[in-house]
Amino acid sequence: MTVGLNAFILLAGLLFAIGMFGVILRKNTLIIYMSLELMLNGVILALVAFSRFNGTMDGNLFVFFIITVAAAEVALGLAIIVALFRLRQSVMVDQLTSLSR
Amino acid sequence: MTDILFYIFAAITLISALLMVLSPNAVNGAICMIICFVTTAALFVLLEAYFLAVIQVLVYAGAVMVLFLFIIMLLDVNKDTSDLLKDKMTLGASITGFALLVILIVSVFAGGQHLPETARLPVMENPTGEGVGIPFTTSAKSFGYSLFTKYMLPFQVTGFLLLAAMIGVIVVSKKHSENS
Repeated sequence: MTVGLNAFILLAGLLFAIGMFGVILRKNTLIIYMSLELMLNGVILALVAFSRFNGTMDGNLFVFFIITVAAAEVALGLAIIVALFRLRQSVMVDQLTSLSR
Repeated sequence: MTDILFYIFAAITLISALLMVLSPNAVNGAICMIICFVTTAALFVLLEAYFLAVIQVLVYAGAVMVLFLFIIMLLDVNKDTSDLLKDKMTLGASITGFALLVILIVSVFAGGQHLPETARLPVMENPTGEGVGIPFTTSAKSFGYSLFTKYMLPFQVTGFLLLAAMIGVIVVSKKHSENS
């Protein structure tokens, strides 16, 4: 396989950019949250690529920890979104503006 | 041959990520996200990180996205799907920011002054753990070896974090009773 490090890092950066695009563009809190997961996905792809081309195992172990923490974070974040929906009957960020008034 | 696989999987990853961001229906977005995670796992296989590919499919594409789909269908937020393309200001600003970021990334990593291309180091069969870093292996054994030697403290802290997250989810999602 002749695909080098730069191709993988470029792909990871583009995934991160698409995730940021979704965070800025969308109004639905759940889709914003999924875009955050996409940004995290780009970061772990970059870590695995650097780990492979550096020849050490440390990047892979970091990805292991990141996936664990992300799973915990998703469970907690979705619980918060459900609690928010119970309180306000909406998850659209343009209707959750009581702090700005 | 594997080069073609890389380009195919990279294209599917990028297209499904864009579809996730742009799809007006949240359930379709979650399905596109699952495709994106599975193709990322395929890219991990191309990088010879087999254990992480399995973890990615099990945890991300399995557990996390099932949780997302469950919450999307529970909250039923598909009633008002007309949030896209309404706000011209947000649309213009986000597309401009996205274009600037893409230009930056492409010019850094695909332009003239990209990172130095190094050849892949050979994969060791049996890690001994001697020396500075743990050498790259494809076996799951080296994960266990590293977790219980070099990364012992982060491993314990992660376990405690999972416990804290579990208690936090129970506390946040518990319905308040009448007498409290």
